[in-house]
Amino acid sequence: MSLRCTHVGVSADGKKRLAQVDATLEPGRFTAILGPNGAGKSTLMSLLTGQRQPMGGQVLLRNRPLSAYSAADMATVRAVMLQESAVAFDFLVREVVELGRYPHRYQPTQDEAGLVQQAMEATQVAHLADRNVTTLSGGEKARVQLARALAQVWHPRTDGADRWLFLDEPTAALDLAHQHQVMRLLRKWVAREGLSVVAVLHDVNLALRYVDDVLVLDGRLAHFGPTHEVLSAQTLASVWGVSSQAVNSEDGVRQYLFA
Amino acid sequence: MMARWSARTVWLAGLGLLAMALVAGSAQGAYAISPAQLWHVLRDMVGGSDNPTPEHLVFVNIRLPRLLLGVAAGAGLGLAGALMQGLFRNPLADPGLIGVSSGAALAAASFIVMGNLWFPDLPRALGSWTLVSMAFMGGLVVTFLIYALAQSQGGTRMGLMLLAGIAVNALAGAGLGYLSFLATDEQLRNLQFWLLGSLGGARWSAVVLVGAVVILACGAGLTLARPLNAIALGEAQAVLLGVDVERTKRWAIWVCALAVGAVTATTGMIGFVGLIAPHWVRMVAGPDHRIVLPGSALLGAALVLAADAVARTAVKPAELPLGVLTAFIGVPMFLFMLRHFRGRV
Repeated sequence: MSLRCTHVGVSADGKKRLAQVDATLEPGRFTAILGPNGAGKSTLMSLLTGQRQPMGGQVLLRNRPLSAYSAADMATVRAVMLQESAVAFDFLVREVVELGRYPHRYQPTQDEAGLVQQAMEATQVAHLADRNVTTLSGGEKARVQLARALAQVWHPRTDGADRWLFLDEPTAALDLAHQHQVMRLLRKWVAREGLSVVAVLHDVNLALRYVDDVLVLDGRLAHFGPTHEVLSAQTLASVWGVSSQAVNSEDGVRQYLFA
Repeated sequence: MMARWSARTVWLAGLGLLAMALVAGSAQGAYAISPAQLWHVLRDMVGGSDNPTPEHLVFVNIRLPRLLLGVAAGAGLGLAGALMQGLFRNPLADPGLIGVSSGAALAAASFIVMGNLWFPDLPRALGSWTLVSMAFMGGLVVTFLIYALAQSQGGTRMGLMLLAGIAVNALAGAGLGYLSFLATDEQLRNLQFWLLGSLGGARWSAVVLVGAVVILACGAGLTLARPLNAIALGEAQAVLLGVDVERTKRWAIWVCALAVGAVTATTGMIGFVGLIAPHWVRMVAGPDHRIVLPGSALLGAALVLAADAVARTAVKPAELPLGVLTAFIGVPMFLFMLRHFRGRV
């Protein structure tokens, strides 16, 4: 069941934070939200996750507005990795990832501990399991949060409802190797588990390599469609104001060099 | 790095400490009761006795209610401290932030100093309960004021609450200062002793009431343990995990207000317990609120009993103020643990 936003916009303090956006995100696809700073990417993300209510228009999940779902119900079908999350006390990495299972506390699976372990292994933080999370580097903390979000939507639902994963700049703090490792992991989850992933990204080349659809925010307009169609040299020039040169990488994926 | 204590270890250690403090507290005091005499008293209490010994009378009428009040006070303060630290997501939070202690103090001071002038009829209606009732109501009223000031469109803002609390606490302090200025010497002395805290006012009726409030508070508080764990990831993330954050805040604030209000109304201001007990538990057992909340209650109770035992015996037959002792005992032990567990902090 799709996640649809119709004519949604947000204004705050008299200024338009987000222009009117219309898009239908189909489940089981990897979507990226791209755009220059201040275009409203995080604002749009907060509308799609239900954190914020749109001022005009609606966000519909399975044809019902998000406000019609309870927070507890939403938490069982969608997980969000925020841009920043400071953990208040000296929780262990394992404990933080376990908190991802909180929405499912009344319907635990057979092996919750095993699930948490697998989630940590997926984002390569299992070796940090008994470390105090506040002592980790920025990139390690980001991967712990990703493990927590994955743990939240790990199991397929018995009612077959789609699972959604929203990530606000998941690769921002990660080194090159982990950027690609995470994107490959997300791609794998979309392909094999049918997870629906929506990520705010800055790196156009990562999007071209791993992402199915992009939603490019421009301030006034939004471009939505398959990645390779939307991310053309013209779009890059008109939206970001950069000149680019297309390059075909060895495995056939188009990438851009920027000036 | 030292392994963390498990929940079971914390419970055993907490109950053990509490038991030791109870035994020590039973024996100590202006009227000393030896362990042998204590054993007789307990047997008589269970079996019934026609001829109560002096030890029996002292124990049942004076010492036991005092010990139980100490347990209730320490448990209430320890739990409240842990709840506040979880709510404010800050280990330096203290139950006093929500204003209940200063509100109770202001109301008590109003009664002590201005009682004859402002509410001459109240003692006739409430009798010896007047001071306690006023202090309790004062605590709740000031908490409500701070809570109301912290409301915004998005719910209760903890940052606003902190600032409002600082302002209102300062105002209450000023009011307290002014009342001290107006007080006669005798009133001033009464007020000072009330402010420094004591378990001396332990009548069975008061003990049962405070005990009931603290037991209910502990029960309600324990249901907040898992939501508070989620809130440690940030209020926004907790909402995204399905936690009803606003409801958790309301419950935590009001459970604290009722527990600390009831305790403070009966014992005066006993500081430090709510700040320190949760720290100790976190240092040995980690920050999971499912362990920190009950652990803080147990440790708080043991701490108050230990302080009270010293209060009653250090300068007997006089009594040292309890609030002073909780600081004197708490700080060195806290510093010791800080050194011992410094890798964890």
